[in-house]
Parts: sequence; structure tokens; C-alpha cells
Amino acid sequence: MAKIRLATIWLGGCSGCHMSFLDLDEWLFDFAEKVDVVFSPVGSDIKDYPENVDVCLVEGAVANEENLELLREARQRTKFLISFGDCAVTANVPAMRNMLGGSEPVLKRCYLELGDEHPQLPNFPGIVPELLDRVRPVHEMVEVDMYIPGCPPDANRIRKAIAPLLEGQTPDMTGRDMIKFG
Amino acid sequence: MSVKTLTIDGVPIAIEEGTTVLEAARQNGVHIPTLCHLEGISDVGACRLCLVEINGSPKLQPACVTEVAEGMNIRTNTETLQDYRRTIVELLFAEGNHVCAVCVANGHCELQDLAIEVGMDHSRLPYRFPEREIDVSHDRFGIDHNRCVLCTRCVRVCDEIEGAHVWDVAYRGAALKVVTGLNQPWGAVDACTSCGKCVDACPTGAIFRKGSTVAEMERDRDRLEFIVNARKDHQWTR
Repeated sequence: MAKIRLATIWLGGCSGCHMSFLDLDEWLFDFAEKVDVVFSPVGSDIKDYPENVDVCLVEGAVANEENLELLREARQRTKFLISFGDCAVTANVPAMRNMLGGSEPVLKRCYLELGDEHPQLPNFPGIVPELLDRVRPVHEMVEVDMYIPGCPPDANRIRKAIAPLLEGQTPDMTGRDMIKFG
Repeated sequence: MSVKTLTIDGVPIAIEEGTTVLEAARQNGVHIPTLCHLEGISDVGACRLCLVEINGSPKLQPACVTEVAEGMNIRTNTETLQDYRRTIVELLFAEGNHVCAVCVANGHCELQDLAIEVGMDHSRLPYRFPEREIDVSHDRFGIDHNRCVLCTRCVRVCDEIEGAHVWDVAYRGAALKVVTGLNQPWGAVDACTSCGKCVDACPTGAIFRKGSTVAEMERDRDRLEFIVNARKDHQWTR
């Protein structure tokens, strides 16, 4: 049987969900027998999101233009997209800047008011991605096939959610073990 | 004292007149989810999570403020109700700023528990991200309006058990909020006895003890019921 082509992407998040994924420890050996990691910030060194991906885990909220572009690309080239962790599912901590009313007050506060010696706004089109005015959860921007909440979802939850998928089954995403936020 | 006979989820029961549908269900081992309901204080039907279907009534009725009646046929867990309950919880999450990951009540929160219970793995409604305040002017406690679900438990517990009536509800619609005194900073309200009953009553991380950190704060829910029983039935121990 051909291996499942797996990708993971990291948008506006702290990488905690990816770290939790690595917490799967020796189960990762079993996992590696069934999947090919074709794109991942922690599992490969490929720069461009490939075509024909079977499953993609999306960590992080959609916070800037680069996030949005990568997410749309991933959606287009992936069969089954999983919103992975609270930032992806609810926008979580990154979205706390939404309450300050848009990206401008946030940038001004960080780079001008708190700037030490040469306060200036970061501006390098094509290099530094522009912040979106609002941080949004993944499913508000593209269609999502499954949700794994948690900040981060612990390794057991990740395993219980993705192991059935490898066998072509749907996991039972109910109860405290599987869907607790936070 | 007269007795009413009715059915809940097809099971016939007989219960004292004046009992609410919620009490009747609980006494008969039927679980109905609630949020604004708290043992020991009055019911107001604010959260609508306990809505039930009653034969002959075109509207869904809140179980906590509906009294049992002869011949009632009540259904507590239909697909429609399950769908509405999940939507209500999603509305609550989308309406405020409930960031569980950085909340003192993470792991000990009734809203979080409800999300699990109704099977909410994401919100189908767009988040509002309203701009709200935090008041930490009180010596020992604080209120974070971002996490308030407007259940008014604090209002009722302060009025009905402590008798201080520090808390109230102000404004309308999306601007609705609980206030202390006449919308003064909590620390400036002389009527507050610092008893902490509102802290124990709050279902989320909105009213908290100062110094609590993420996931650290647990509440003593039974304390309020105990005080009521102590006064009414002279049960002084628990």
C-alpha cells in the first residue's frame, strides 16, 4: 500500500502543537512506516508546499499574509485538512491582539512606543509579511475536515485522533480526552 | 400538598406540585445541562441551556423556571435540543473572549465543561473579539469581563445570600455587563463585604481571586448550598 503523504504547517502559533506531536515518542516509528512526511517545519527541509498531499495538520491561527497564502495553498493541494490545536481552532492567544482594534495599534505599541533606540515600523515588502487586521481561526478562512482542540493537544489525544485515520476510519472526537479547549 | 403525574423522556413520574421541571428531572436521575442555575439561589432562565420540549407547547421551555403540571410529557434530550445547546455554547464562546489556555479557571470551568458535554470541537459562529475591561481595584478579587457569560449568579448570590447587593446588570444588548455598586470600581464599593461568595458562584474565570494563575483556581460551589441549608434547616456541618 502506498504511504500516506503527510504535511504539517505552522502558522501563528508557538510550535507547542508540533512539540506535542514529537511527544508521541516511539509511536512515531510506527507512524513513519505508514506516512511520508512531505512538508513540515519539524520533519523536513522542503521549502515549497507539494502537490497531492493526503493529510495536513495545521498549527496556529491565521495572523499575517504569509499564513493566509500558505494555508490557501495547503488547502488547495491537500485532501484532508486538520485544524490542529487551539490557535488553529479558536485563534486563541494570537487573537488577543484583535481586542486592541486592528494591526496598527499593535505595531505602534510594539515597534514605536516600546522601541528602544531607533523606533520604526518593520517594512520590507516581500520579506516581512504584513499583519492581517484580525487574527482568525483556520476554518473561518478555508474549509476544514477535522478539529483537534487543546493548547496544546497532548500526545495521547493526537494519537487517538490520527491513528484511526491511518486505517481509513473516523476517530471519535468526543469527551474531555479529545475536545477540551485550553 | 398535591402531587402531579407526568412523564420525562417517556418515564412516568409523580412529584410534588410547585417543583420545577429541572428539579423533577434531577430527582429522577435525568441530567439536563445548566449554566445560570446554581443550587441555593433563585432561577432566572438566563442561559437557556436547560430548554426542554413539552408536548402541546410550540416553544421550548427553560426547565429551571417551568413548574411541573399534570399530564406533562417532557423530552429533555432530542436532536433539536442537542443542536440548540451546542449552538448556545458556541454563541457564548464567540460572543466573549474566552481564551481557555490562559485562564485561571482552565480545567475547573463550567463553560469549558459544557463545551465538552455538547460536543463542541469548534465554533461554527464567527468570533466577535469585543473590547472589554478588567477591574482589579478590589484588594482580594478581580473581574475580567472578557470571560463573563452574564449568567448573573454573582448578582443573585450577593443579593440573596450575602444581602449586600453589590452586583447588578447594566446597559443593553452587546454592551450588557455586570457592574459593582453604581458602576463604580469594585474596590470603591463600600457595600462589598469581601465575602467571596460571588467568586465561588462564578462559573468561568470571570470573577477570580487575585494571585491565582493559569488553571490554578478552583471554586467551592457547595459552600453556597451549605450556607442556605444551614440557615433554613439548621444543618451546621457538612
